[in-house]
Amino acid sequence: MHRYVIRRLLQLVPILLGITLLSFGMMHLAGGDAVTALLENQGVAVTQDVIDAKRHELGLDQPFLVQYLGWLKGLVTGNMGTSYVSGKDVFQTFVSKLPATILLTFSSVLVTVIVAVPLGIVAATKQNRFVDYLIRVLSFVGNSLPNFFVALLLILVFAITLRWLPVISANIGKTGVAAISWTGLVLPTATLAIAMTSKYIRQIRATVLDELEKPYVAGARARGVSERRILTKSVLKSVLIMLVTLLALSIGDLLGGTAIVETIFQWDGVGKLAVDAITMRDYPMIQAYVVWMAIIYVVVNLIADLLYHHLDPRVRLGGDD
Amino acid sequence: MSAAEASRTTNPVTVRTQKVRREHITARLVVFGALAASLLVVAVLSPLLCPCDPYAQDLSHALEAPSAAHLAGTDRFGRDLLSRVILGSRPSILYTLALVTIVAAIGVVVGVVCGWKGGKVDVVLMRTSDVFLAFPGLVFALAVAGVLGGGMINAVIALAAIGWPKYARIARGLTLAQKSEPYLAAARLAGCSTAQLVFFHLLPNIAGPLLVTAMLDIGTMMMELAGLSFLGLGAKPPAAEWGSMMSESRSLLQTAPWTIVAPGVAIFVAVMVFNLLGDTVRDYMDPSQRSRRNASAGRNSSPKGGLPQSAACAVRETQEESEEA
Repeated sequence: MHRYVIRRLLQLVPILLGITLLSFGMMHLAGGDAVTALLENQGVAVTQDVIDAKRHELGLDQPFLVQYLGWLKGLVTGNMGTSYVSGKDVFQTFVSKLPATILLTFSSVLVTVIVAVPLGIVAATKQNRFVDYLIRVLSFVGNSLPNFFVALLLILVFAITLRWLPVISANIGKTGVAAISWTGLVLPTATLAIAMTSKYIRQIRATVLDELEKPYVAGARARGVSERRILTKSVLKSVLIMLVTLLALSIGDLLGGTAIVETIFQWDGVGKLAVDAITMRDYPMIQAYVVWMAIIYVVVNLIADLLYHHLDPRVRLGGDD
Repeated sequence: MSAAEASRTTNPVTVRTQKVRREHITARLVVFGALAASLLVVAVLSPLLCPCDPYAQDLSHALEAPSAAHLAGTDRFGRDLLSRVILGSRPSILYTLALVTIVAAIGVVVGVVCGWKGGKVDVVLMRTSDVFLAFPGLVFALAVAGVLGGGMINAVIALAAIGWPKYARIARGLTLAQKSEPYLAAARLAGCSTAQLVFFHLLPNIAGPLLVTAMLDIGTMMMELAGLSFLGLGAKPPAAEWGSMMSESRSLLQTAPWTIVAPGVAIFVAVMVFNLLGDTVRDYMDPSQRSRRNASAGRNSSPKGGLPQSAACAVRETQEESEEA
């Protein structure tokens, strides 16, 4: 186990290097554009002299490797420069928006698990019956709806027509997590949960069907163990193991994938921050967002892998060669 | 499972039900294939099919609810929504298909090279793909599209940048699984060059699972492309594209919901048709699902010398092919 952990940590090194290199290299894709954007945002008349001076001031005329190492140092020390738009510290801004996105991520994961696990199991146990078809059709529809359409439909129905919930969700920002309007959390959570639940139901149903075909289930049935007991004692366990990895992927995807939903609901998290930064061509902000999202995702995945490793002896035996 | 499987194949009754099931799948394939083909025809011929000029503004008829004259209503400039939705099928569907083709092509080339060559090439390319896989969801695509500055082509580039590693992994796994098969050795002995081996013997044998993956990806990619347009990172407003049409009309949700619903339903229908087709192609390729298990087993086998696949990656791959038994 220790050897496995150490090996996984060592594997992270090239990946982290790659992530930072790509995130940083993107700035160079934009070329001199970045400086022009910065100057335009500051309202300075853009001439070649001004651009050159600014490039020198920002160290952009230095060799790529020097710039990259400098940026890497900033990444580690939390000094990633200031926003071209607001002039505030980029890293601080990112960190201040993170709790809102984490809250949204966890609420939608929670709703997804609560809805998808029972529905997936019911669909599998009632295979090819009406309930199964209904659940499958609904999950298919959910899978084919883009999240921005779901979001707008939910707003149309619950906020505009029924007036049950607010359209604009939260005003977190400086005041911190306490200022969240809980009613505002409902619609963005529902939007994210609908897509995820649809995906999970199919997975869980498939896993349960797979598990129910195994010889040990036949054995248990032959010995007169009740279906309920088989489901709760044995099958649920395999579902939970699968959920760990699935959730790790979803949490990463949600942290990074909420950009559209956050923008629609004006949810003040990192996704909206990124979209705003992209619209304003606020390159340091974009870089910080990209690199930190990747790091968070990699770490979450690592934790999930270790957990999976811990939970499932088969992986431990097979994977440690 | 093997015992149950054996009894199932020898039992004459289940053989017949399997045959019925097979015919059922073929029928589905024909129906959904025809639907997808007609969507494609609409996309290609869209300029000819529009009842009105999709760009003609008529402010005196702005924001009209659906009526006989305008079946889907009009938008804020009085443009006929039905015509715009029809014309919008062109970027949405054609660019999506191009995207899937590009992503699959890059991935297959990388994956086959990795699996075939092994060694340093394999390590370097697979590590590179690991790095791209380390960016969650659309994060990297958003940033690339943002840096490149929008436009449909740039949106395609952005999504291609995050899409290819999945295909590379699958193609690599399949290549590894096939590499030691006797038929390749036989072909080699018969005097085939490496190029002949790869193109005429290896590729036909690994094409199935890759095709299934690509078919299943069309719907997702369509939604992602429309999502980028929705954020203003794909098609730009005057152009008729479903995602940007919805984004353009967002503020009209209360007063003129049909401006949102028309393109939204169009995306939904198109995605659903391609998803149904993808599922059917998968069922057609491996009706018993036994080959599905073999395929994923081959995929997860790692070469000597490392690159063990993390559990998360294994799930990420099989996630795409969750069965619909």
